[in-house]
Amino acid sequence: MRNPILRLLLGRLASGVLTLLIVSLVIFAITSLLPGDAAQQILGQFATPEQVAALRTQLGLDQPALLRYFNWLIGLVSGDLGQSVSNALPVSTLMAGRLPNSLILAGVTTAVSVPIALALGIISAMRRGGAIDRVLNVFTLSMVAVPEFLVATIAVLIFAVHLGWLPALSYVSSVENIGDFMRIYAMPVLTLCCVLIAQMARMTRAALIDQLDSPYIEMAQLKGVGPLRRVLRHALPNSLGPIANAVALSLSYLLGGVIIVETIFNYPGIASLMVDAVANRDLALVQACAMLFCSAYLVLVIAADLCAILSNPRLRT
Amino acid sequence: MSQANSPRAAGSQLPVASPSRRNRAPRHAMRWIGASLFGFWILVAIFGPMLAPHPVGALVGDDMFAGASAAFPLGTDYLGRDMLSRILTGARYTVGLALIAALLASSIGASLGILAALAPKWLDETVSRLNDALISIPSKMLALVMVSAFGASIPLLIITAVLSYAPGAFRISRSLAANLTTLEYVQVARTRGEGRLYIAWAELLPNMIHPVLADMGMRFVFIVLLLSGMSFLGLGVQPPIADLGSLVRENIGGLSEGALAVIAPAVAIGTLTIGANLLIDSLSASRGQQGD
Amino acid sequence: MLGEPIEVQDLLVTAVNSAGEEVEIVKRIGFSLAAGEVLALIGESGSGKTTIALSLLGYARRGCRISGGSVRLGATEVLKLPAKELRDLRGHRVAYIAQSAAASFNPAKTLMEQVIEAALIHKVMSREEAEAKAVGLFRELALPDPDSIGARYPHQVSGGQLQRLMAAMALITDPALVILDEPTTALDVTTQIEVLRAFKRVVRERGTTAIYVSHDLAVVAQMADRVLVLNGGEIQEQGEIDQILEHPAHPYTRSLLEAARPDQKLSPPPTTPGAELLRIDDLQVGYGARDADGVPAKVVLDHIQLNLARGRALGVIGESGSGKSTLARAVAGLIGPSRGAVQFDRRELTPTLKGRTPDQFRRIQMVFQSADNALNPSHSIERILTRPLDTYFELDGRERKRRVAELMDLVKLPQALLKRRPGELSGGQKQRVNLARALAAKPDLLLCDEVTSALDTVVGAAILELLVELRRELGVSYLFISHDISTVRALCDEVMVLFQGRCVEQGPCREVIQNPQHSYTQRLIGSVPELRRGWLESRPSFTDSLEALA
Repeated sequence: MRNPILRLLLGRLASGVLTLLIVSLVIFAITSLLPGDAAQQILGQFATPEQVAALRTQLGLDQPALLRYFNWLIGLVSGDLGQSVSNALPVSTLMAGRLPNSLILAGVTTAVSVPIALALGIISAMRRGGAIDRVLNVFTLSMVAVPEFLVATIAVLIFAVHLGWLPALSYVSSVENIGDFMRIYAMPVLTLCCVLIAQMARMTRAALIDQLDSPYIEMAQLKGVGPLRRVLRHALPNSLGPIANAVALSLSYLLGGVIIVETIFNYPGIASLMVDAVANRDLALVQACAMLFCSAYLVLVIAADLCAILSNPRLRT
Repeated sequence: MSQANSPRAAGSQLPVASPSRRNRAPRHAMRWIGASLFGFWILVAIFGPMLAPHPVGALVGDDMFAGASAAFPLGTDYLGRDMLSRILTGARYTVGLALIAALLASSIGASLGILAALAPKWLDETVSRLNDALISIPSKMLALVMVSAFGASIPLLIITAVLSYAPGAFRISRSLAANLTTLEYVQVARTRGEGRLYIAWAELLPNMIHPVLADMGMRFVFIVLLLSGMSFLGLGVQPPIADLGSLVRENIGGLSEGALAVIAPAVAIGTLTIGANLLIDSLSASRGQQGD
Repeated sequence: MLGEPIEVQDLLVTAVNSAGEEVEIVKRIGFSLAAGEVLALIGESGSGKTTIALSLLGYARRGCRISGGSVRLGATEVLKLPAKELRDLRGHRVAYIAQSAAASFNPAKTLMEQVIEAALIHKVMSREEAEAKAVGLFRELALPDPDSIGARYPHQVSGGQLQRLMAAMALITDPALVILDEPTTALDVTTQIEVLRAFKRVVRERGTTAIYVSHDLAVVAQMADRVLVLNGGEIQEQGEIDQILEHPAHPYTRSLLEAARPDQKLSPPPTTPGAELLRIDDLQVGYGARDADGVPAKVVLDHIQLNLARGRALGVIGESGSGKSTLARAVAGLIGPSRGAVQFDRRELTPTLKGRTPDQFRRIQMVFQSADNALNPSHSIERILTRPLDTYFELDGRERKRRVAELMDLVKLPQALLKRRPGELSGGQKQRVNLARALAAKPDLLLCDEVTSALDTVVGAAILELLVELRRELGVSYLFISHDISTVRALCDEVMVLFQGRCVEQGPCREVIQNPQHSYTQRLIGSVPELRRGWLESRPSFTDSLEALA
C-alpha cells in the first residue's frame, strides 16, 4: 500500500470522526435545551425545590453546558452511558441486553436482501427497456414509497390471520429450533426486505446503467463481447464503488425501518427500547441509542467509501 | 460523502430512459396512474372534511371494527366511529403537514445550496461540512430525539421534518449549482460584473428548477413516510387530532381479526406515496428524454 | 487474414427524434470497396459518417435502427447475421478504432487484458500467443516500453499512446476490415502526425481493407485511396482522392476544401497600431496552494510578457496544456495571477473581478469556445442581448430595441430569432449570438477563446470571416486564443506561441509562421497536415520527445 492511498483512507476516517463529533454535539444540544430537566423528571412534580437542586448537583446538571457535553462525551467513549431514569438501570446494561437481538435481525435481513437486490439490479440493467425491467421498475418504484407498517400489516393479515402459518408477534425467547427461528423472523425480515431490496436493486441498476452507457462498453460490444461478459467483466468492476455506496445507504435505512418493525412485531431490539425511552422522555437512553444508530450509519457509509477507493485502479496503482 | 442524502432518495436518481417508442405507452400509463392517485389525495385533503358523512369523533356505530357496510363504507374503528369520516379528515393532516414541510425544506435547502455554490470557498466548505454531519443523522433518529426533548406538537413536527430533509435539498442544489457555475454563460455573467444574487436568480435557478422540483416531490414522499411513521409510533400528531398514521396505530388491535379499520388508512398512505412517486418518476424521465 | 472487399447497398438507418417520429439519418447510400483499399468517409457533424461506419459492424446506437439495405463483407451478408454470429464477426473479421481512446478503454482493466480480449473470446489464439502478438504490435506502432506497457492501466499512458494501443487492440485478430472513426481528432497536431504514421504503416503492411472516418480533408489525403463526401446522410460525391482534392465536382466538396484553409481566402485587415491597450508584465498563473514565495503548486503560465495596441489582434497559439486559455481567463479576472501585472489602457487591473470598475467590465468582453454552454438555455436571444445593454448603458425602450436589432444585423442573424431560445438555434447561430452579446458592450478588447474550434469547418470559417469583418468595421482589438494556425493567420497581426506555460516565440504573424525560429514552433507548424498526397511521407520523423524542447 503506497502513501497517497493510505493518506486518502486516513483522511476519510478522520472526516468520519469529525462528522460523528458534530453529530454528538447536535444530539446533545437538542436534548439539553429542555425547558425542564432530568432532575425534575426523576423526582416528579411533587419534589421540593431543595430536593431538585440537590439532585441537580448530584447529577452535575448545575455545571455549564459545554462541561456537561465533554463529560458526556468522555462517558460515551469509556462506555459509561449514564443511568436510565425510567428503568433505574445503567443505560449500557439495558442496551447490552437488546443489542444482540437487533444485530441478528439486521444480519438476517442483510443476508437475505443483498444477494436478491444485486441480482435484480443486474437483471434489469441487462434487460434495460425490456418487459422484465419495466415490471421491476414499477414494482420497486412502488415499494420504495410504501410505509413499513403497510407491508407489515398486509403480511400479518396474510400469513398470521388468514393462513395462520406465522405468529403475529415475535417472542424471541421461545426460539428452540431452526423452525421456530424461521417462523419468528419470517415476517420482520420480510417486511424490512421489501423496501430494502427495492432500493438496492434500483441503485444497483442505476450504477450499472451509468457504466453501460459509457463508450468503453460500446467498444467491448464492437469487439464481440457478449452481454453477460459486458456487464460482469466490464461494467461491474467500475460500478463497485457506487454499488457499495448503494448497499451502505440502503442498509442504513434498516436503522429507520427497524424502529417501526420492532414496534409492530413487538420485537425486543434496540429500536423498540429507544421508542419506549422517547415516550418516557428517558433522555440518557435516547442519547445513547441515537449515538449508536448514527455511528452505525457512519461506519456503513465510510466502509462503502473505502470500498470505492480500493476498487478504483486510479487510486490503487 | 455519498450521493443520496437518504437511502430512499434512490427513486430520484433515475437514469435517463431510452427513447425507444415502446417505452412510451407504459410511461404514460404510469404518469396517469400517479397523477390520479396523487390528485385524488390532494382533493381529499382540501374537501375531505366537508364530505365526511359523520363528525370525526362521533361514536356512530354499534360495533367496534365493523366491516364495510352501506352505512359505513370503510367500517368502524375500535370505538365504533366511522372510518370513512376519520380518513377524510385525517388525510388533511398527512398531506398538509408534509406539503408545508417539503416546501420549507426544499426552499430553504435550495436557496442556501445555491448561495453556498457562489460563496467564497471557505464559507462553502464550512457550510457543506456541517450539512454533511446533519445528513448523517437518519431522519427517524432525529425525529425521535427531537420529540423526546420537545414533545410532539405540530410546529415541532414540521421543524423536525425540515431539519431532516433540508440538508439533502441543500446538497443536491449545491451540486447542481456548482456544476452550472463552471458553465461559460455563468462565467460570462461574472466577467460582465453581475452580482451574486443576479447570477443565482437569473442564470442558475431557471436551469436547475426541474430537478429541484422533482427533488421536492421526493422529499414530500419521505416526509409523509416520516410523519406517518412517527404517528404510528404514537410520537407524531397527538390525539384528538389524528392523521392517517395515527389511524393505523389506534386500530392496530384489530389487526388480528383483519379489521378494515387498520388496513384502510395504511392503504391510504401507500396510495398517496406510490402515486406521488410514480408521477415524479415519469415526469423526470420524460424530461430527460426531451433533453437529448 | 487479408483484406476482403466490402459492398454496401441501399443502406437506410433511422432514428427516433424528440417528437417520437422516425427520421432517416442515413438515406439509402451505397458504395463498394476492393480488398486492401482505404476509403475515407468525409463529412461534418450530422452527416451520418459514424452511423454508416457502425452499420458495417451491424451495429446501431441506442435510438437508431438499421432499417434496410445490405452490407456484404466478402461472402457474408452482415445485416442478416443472427446475434451470435454477429458477435463472432465483430472484433474478429471487422475491427473498430474509436475517436476517444481515453473513453473507450475500460479504466478498471489493464491495457494488455483489453488488447487481447478479442483474440481470446473469439478463440483465435492462446493467451500466451496473443500477448506475444500484442507486444509485437506495440513495437510496430512505436509505443514506448513495448514489453511492459501492457501491464499499465489506461490512465497511466498518454492520449497519443492510447490511440495507438487501440490500433493494436483492433489488429490483434488480423481483421479483414478496420474502421477508423476520427482516430486522431482528439489529439494535438504534434501527436497526430506520429499516430497517423503508425496507423498508415500497420494498415498498409497488412493489406487490410479500411474505412477512415474524418472531417479533416488534409488528414484523409494522407490515409485514403478514395473519398466519399457525405452531407445530411446522403452521398454528395465520391471518387479518387486526387480527383476530389484537385477537381472537386460538387459545390459542397468545394466549400469543405475552401473552409479547410481559411487563411488562403481571409487575411487580417490593414491597421496601424494605436495606443497601448493591454500590457502584461511577467505574468505567472497557477492552481493549488502557494508556497513561501507565493508560487502555486501547479504553475500553468509563467514569465508571460505581451503588448497589444488598440485595433490590433494578437493570436495566442498552443496545444492542450499550454496554458493558452488560462491567459484569457487571467485577463478577464476569472483566475488571479500569482505574480505579475495586467494593465488595461495604462491602468492596472485588479487580479480578480473584485475591484474592477464598471467601465473596465464593459471594455473587456470574453467570448468562449462552446456554442452550447455560452448561452443561458432558459433565456431568449432578446433577453441575452438586452442584459449587457441594461448593465452598461441607460437606454429607453425604443433605443434598446433599435440597438438589439443593430446587433443582430451586425452578426448577420435574422430578427425573427430574437424570440427563440438558444436550444432552437444551430451551432453557428449560437456562436453569432455569443459574439453579439460581447459586442453589445461596445468593448475595446475581445478575449476569444477557441471560438471556432467546436464548430464544423464550414461554419467555423464563416464565423472567422465575421470576426475579420468586425475588426475592420469596429476597430475592436482581439486577444485570440486558438490551437489552429491557419485560423490565427487569417485574423491576427501578431502571434505568440505558448508551450507548457512559457512563451517560446512572439512576433508578426506571417513572419513567425513562415520562418519559425524556435524548434517547438517549427515542429508545431510542420505537423499541420497539408491538403496533398504524400505530405506525411515527406515529413521527417521526430525522434526527440516534446519534453526535450521545453
